[in-house]
Amino acid sequence: MNLPVIFFFVIAFVWSVFVFLEGFDFGVGMLTRILGRSDGERRMMLRAIGPNWDANEVWLLTGGILIFSAFPTWYAAAFPSAYIPLLLLVFALIIRALAIEYRSKRPDHRWTQAWDNANLVAGFALPFLVGVFWAGMVHGIPIDGDGRFVGDSLWSHISVYSVLGGLALVAYSLAHGAVFLSLKVSGPLLERVTVTARGMSLITLALMSVFAVWTWLAYADDAIGATMAVLTVLAFAIVVMAVYAGRLLLAFWGNALGALAFMVSIFAALYPNVLPSTIDDGFTLTIAEAAASSYALTVLAIVAVIGIPGVIAYQSWSFWVFRKRLTKDTVDAGHY
Amino acid sequence: MGDSLLVDLSRLQFAFTTLFHFLFVPLTLGLAPWVAILDTMYYRTGDERYARLVRFFGSLLLINFAIGVASGIIQEFQFGMNWSVFSRFVGDIFGAPLAMEGLFAFFIESTFLGLWLFGRGRLPRRLHLSTIWLFVLGTWLSAYFILSANSFMQNPVGFAIDPVTGDANLTDLGAVLFQPLTIVAWLHTIVGGVLAATVFVFGVAAYHLKRRQHVEVMRKAFRMAMITGIAAGALQFVVGDVLGVIMVDKQPMKMAAAEAVWETTGPCAPLGLVAVPDQEARDNSLFIGVPCLLSIVATNSLDGEVTGMNELQEQYEEQFGPGDYTPNVWIAFYSFRAMMGFGLLGAIWMVFAWWKTRRGRLPTSKLFWSISIWIIAAPWLGNLFGWIFTENGRQPWVVYGLLKTEDAVSDLSVGLVAVSLAGFVILYAIIGVIEFVLMRRYAIRGPMDPDEPMPGEPPRVESSAGAP
Repeated sequence: MNLPVIFFFVIAFVWSVFVFLEGFDFGVGMLTRILGRSDGERRMMLRAIGPNWDANEVWLLTGGILIFSAFPTWYAAAFPSAYIPLLLLVFALIIRALAIEYRSKRPDHRWTQAWDNANLVAGFALPFLVGVFWAGMVHGIPIDGDGRFVGDSLWSHISVYSVLGGLALVAYSLAHGAVFLSLKVSGPLLERVTVTARGMSLITLALMSVFAVWTWLAYADDAIGATMAVLTVLAFAIVVMAVYAGRLLLAFWGNALGALAFMVSIFAALYPNVLPSTIDDGFTLTIAEAAASSYALTVLAIVAVIGIPGVIAYQSWSFWVFRKRLTKDTVDAGHY
Repeated sequence: MGDSLLVDLSRLQFAFTTLFHFLFVPLTLGLAPWVAILDTMYYRTGDERYARLVRFFGSLLLINFAIGVASGIIQEFQFGMNWSVFSRFVGDIFGAPLAMEGLFAFFIESTFLGLWLFGRGRLPRRLHLSTIWLFVLGTWLSAYFILSANSFMQNPVGFAIDPVTGDANLTDLGAVLFQPLTIVAWLHTIVGGVLAATVFVFGVAAYHLKRRQHVEVMRKAFRMAMITGIAAGALQFVVGDVLGVIMVDKQPMKMAAAEAVWETTGPCAPLGLVAVPDQEARDNSLFIGVPCLLSIVATNSLDGEVTGMNELQEQYEEQFGPGDYTPNVWIAFYSFRAMMGFGLLGAIWMVFAWWKTRRGRLPTSKLFWSISIWIIAAPWLGNLFGWIFTENGRQPWVVYGLLKTEDAVSDLSVGLVAVSLAGFVILYAIIGVIEFVLMRRYAIRGPMDPDEPMPGEPPRVESSAGAP
């Protein structure tokens, strides 16, 4: 193993953590509007992610930064090629952040309703666009022999396969959000989120299975590809069984496994390349070609070795501090 | 290379989104420690007035911080989306500071803000207090890392050009992180933020004092802001001067443009008050200045000579080949003056206000209070013009002496960039108005009832007496 390959999988890990943590944030963003029947219920749902969503979002930024840092050529080809999906992603991130932070700043029904609607749209768009971005990457984009993007940014990431990847992540976010809420909320809302968790985890299993098999057959037709597909299906099957058995904490960790399987199968499909060229196989950008200099990678390795475990440690502590199930009283008292 | 309309639109989008982001950054940088200090005072003294100020300025900080974070995300994407040639060129260098910003600053900032907001009453009080200080640390570190990347663009150090790809490779991390320009630019930004926040607190307090409401707490805020603000203004004068001296050495063209000095002048070079630069003729159509002052400011002596843009242009042509190496002088000259003028106006007014309110006086003049409110805008303008000055002055380079702006853009269609720019203008106009309205409402409403709980705190026993 060399540093570029290690970083390739470090990036896969960071994106997995992002899908795992922001997955339930996006899901909660959508479910607030869909399942919350009163302002109190909606505030309770937002409170469930309140202390952590902002830090969860940093995993996305870190995932992007590490592509830039460790593989500048990959970043410089992939980001302009996904101009429209990424632009919409940024818009949705902005809207989502303000929807959470500003909705309860005015006790006006039209104001809160507008922000909840905005959060619903953004919560749908975000996982969808992330799925389109990564599936589009697996599918490949037009890059020339110099590793430069030369296509049309409008459509280069859009295909049936990438849309399927997007929808699978939307379903995942809804299921994961509902499972998360079933561990955090109380009152009549609890029943509704549990029912949603059942339905959505089944839909997620179906969409993720089709996506995994497609990835395996079309882009990773080897033993590793097959293994990753099996692992993905298995993870989401565990979630379904756990949800139906009422073992929601197990379902929650099953979704963590699912996020990891989903992202790693994408990276495994790309390996040993970072970006396939749709113009000519010879132009495909490999891990080695796209990597930063070994000095820069060494610096990054030190930063990552200190930074990533450190972040995981204090973020876990924060989750532990706020581990308690929410009640009406705690929600009424606090911020949001 | 590149279509000049594409370059212009891409630059406009970057400038627009970054300046919008920087409407909120200084206030966060300055208001975060302000709230942390108030919370510490509350912890130490138990004085309820501090608690009310924490609640009040804390909620303003949060409204501002939310949009600051949201509008900052685009930069991480935009480097690649719109400036892919640049990204490839500097990726090896930018990697380290940006990864550090993510892993050592953004995570700290966001995690500990969450703990502060929701953790009151759940964490031991000392530990809870430390979370707001970690949040401050995160915001200040974040500014440091991104400024070390920006300083590389202003003055590239610690790199070697890769003989195969022609891109810059990192060879010395210490040089990139700790070059004097980075340290001084960071101080300049932090002090600018503290100045903006103190003038903001001062102005908000003035609003309430004008109406003689919440007098007891607001008087405290007013005084604290005045003292910090005057100190910050004085400090900024020194830091700005040091930065200017570094700039004269590293980017003489920028500083010559700032003073609209075309021909090398001196001894006794005049400092311009009014100039009408003629970029085509490479001269000024009109120039009114104070004799000898520029020599004194730039070289600390009367006989100092200031190198003019025409001489520098010749040097650069020799060094880099034919081309125009002069930034837009009109923008440079006036943005430099606007930065200093607006930047220091707030501090100067605070000196006057300090004299007017000495020994506990509360002036009755409506005009005094109105100016004290409107002065809030001054440091904002100062900060924005500062960025306009320094980024315009770097042109035509995106990485000084290494890569030109016109060569750095992604090869996108003009229509696509026009659409995304329009999208940003519309979205930012909407959220900008919303933010302004919310800030105004919360600022005008004033500190809440002392019985109201702190953010994230369970209800007080007294106030929840009526609840079941």
